[in-house]
Amino acid sequence: MSRRLHPRVSQAAAKTLLWALTGLTLLILIFIIVNISIKGLPQMTLGFLFQDPQDMGRHGGIFSTIIATVYVTLLAIILASPLGVGTAIYLTEYTREGWATRIIRFGAECLAGVPSIILGLFGFVLFVMKLGFGWSILSGGLTLAIMVLPIIIRTSEEAIKAVPQEYREVCFSLGLSQWQTITRIVLPSALPGITTGIMLSVGRSLGETAVLLFTAGSALRMPTTLFDSGRTMAVHFYILAREGISMSNAYGTAAILMISILLINLAAYTLMQRLLKRYS
Amino acid sequence: MDQGKFVERVLFLLALSSISSLVVITVFIFLEGLPLIFQTGLKDFIFSSHWAPTKGHFGIGAMIVSSLLVTIGAMVLGVPLGLACAIVLAEFSSARLRAFLKPTLELLAGIPSVVYGFLGVIWLVPLIRNYLGGPGLSLLAAAVILGIMILPTIVSISIDALTAVPDIYRDGSIALGATEWQTVRRVVLPAASSGIITAVILGMGRAVGETMAVIMVAGNAIKLPASILDPVRTLTSNIALELGYAAGRHREALFATGIVLFIIIMILNLSATLITRRR
Repeated sequence: MSRRLHPRVSQAAAKTLLWALTGLTLLILIFIIVNISIKGLPQMTLGFLFQDPQDMGRHGGIFSTIIATVYVTLLAIILASPLGVGTAIYLTEYTREGWATRIIRFGAECLAGVPSIILGLFGFVLFVMKLGFGWSILSGGLTLAIMVLPIIIRTSEEAIKAVPQEYREVCFSLGLSQWQTITRIVLPSALPGITTGIMLSVGRSLGETAVLLFTAGSALRMPTTLFDSGRTMAVHFYILAREGISMSNAYGTAAILMISILLINLAAYTLMQRLLKRYS
Repeated sequence: MDQGKFVERVLFLLALSSISSLVVITVFIFLEGLPLIFQTGLKDFIFSSHWAPTKGHFGIGAMIVSSLLVTIGAMVLGVPLGLACAIVLAEFSSARLRAFLKPTLELLAGIPSVVYGFLGVIWLVPLIRNYLGGPGLSLLAAAVILGIMILPTIVSISIDALTAVPDIYRDGSIALGATEWQTVRRVVLPAASSGIITAVILGMGRAVGETMAVIMVAGNAIKLPASILDPVRTLTSNIALELGYAAGRHREALFATGIVLFIIIMILNLSATLITRRR
């Protein structure tokens, strides 16, 4: 016969189990960071950062992959920011909640859910093949822009909504037009939040592999024009690890990637918290 | 036209072009992939496991099954761990600890998937090979890595759902003599259930769509797995592994694989949105 446990006993058991599982989760995550840092940080010398890869990445550094990463990320941000921020302004300032906003918001949500390999497939056939851009910084940047667009829309919307309604009312009462109100008051106040969205997008772009492998390609040369192929750090790391070219260089690349992404995300988070705190 | 109207039009156009990228992707994938599905026959395409693109056999049955199994495995690991974290952080820990741990867990969502895959190859695959047998590169390895990768998604959304439950519920339950745990189990969890289900569904979406980490640890063999120690190839891996050299009908078949993946993801996202809206 089974007997019901005393509530206090079952509570103690449940709490112990839940805390243990939480501890396990944290341990896994700490393990990931510590492992990559311990093995990777010793590789992180100036020479590693500022020398081009030699012999498929077996020797030398990762300079050209850093540059390629910067190029595609920059291009993606330049393309996606105006689009994303504009969309957010339209959603928050120019429309009432209705079918149009619902469709746009739903579309952005769906876009955020599209797996990166689908974006890679799309970018490969449209930009690389059909439009003839080839494996290039341009194809990579365009596809990445689509990938980060939902992030920028969502964070910008959140930031613009956090600006108190009174600010707008004061502007209108002083005779400013809606556009003046937006450009002079709302956007400057929301700027930290919008910057957050852009930083999160940079973080996402740095770590992206599936999209860039098929759109920016994997050439190790230093890219000089938009139409050059460029191997980003994440793609370089993937190839080093998968083909067993150099474990130490793989660890080094992974450490740089992971640490820069974590720092960027941390800064983005802090910025957003400060904005939300100021207006709450 | 005055300035206000002009600005509104421009912004509307920007919003429209943002959304049109989704439409273009959808149309493009379907246009490229549908003809092949019709030629092969939907039934053969989805249920046959005979994939030999050079000989004109396009059956992705094994990959669909593998994708589903890997995802289910990831949920078996990720949901209890993630939910436990969420309950502990939202209900049992101090506000200060929560304020520190929640963002920490969220930051980890930023670790690139290739890094997870790499650590899977270095640590997990040898463990499985040595202690459980098989080649190591396996369904199990993919499920474990994905289970870890979806943790931030599940924890973050579940915590939001739990903290959204008003304190009156907890106070009422405690006042009736229930213990904290009884309160959580009988009152808070049911009240937060729609949010938690959303978290699980979005986690599933992430697991189904993940590519690079899975390629690195799953072994990529095209056959129905007989055990969790067998190597498998998921839908995403299939696209990524063959896109580089596929041409003609072969490439169309990869788009067709993309259609199936796309539909699975959209169903998941749609149900998450509907559940959230109902709340």
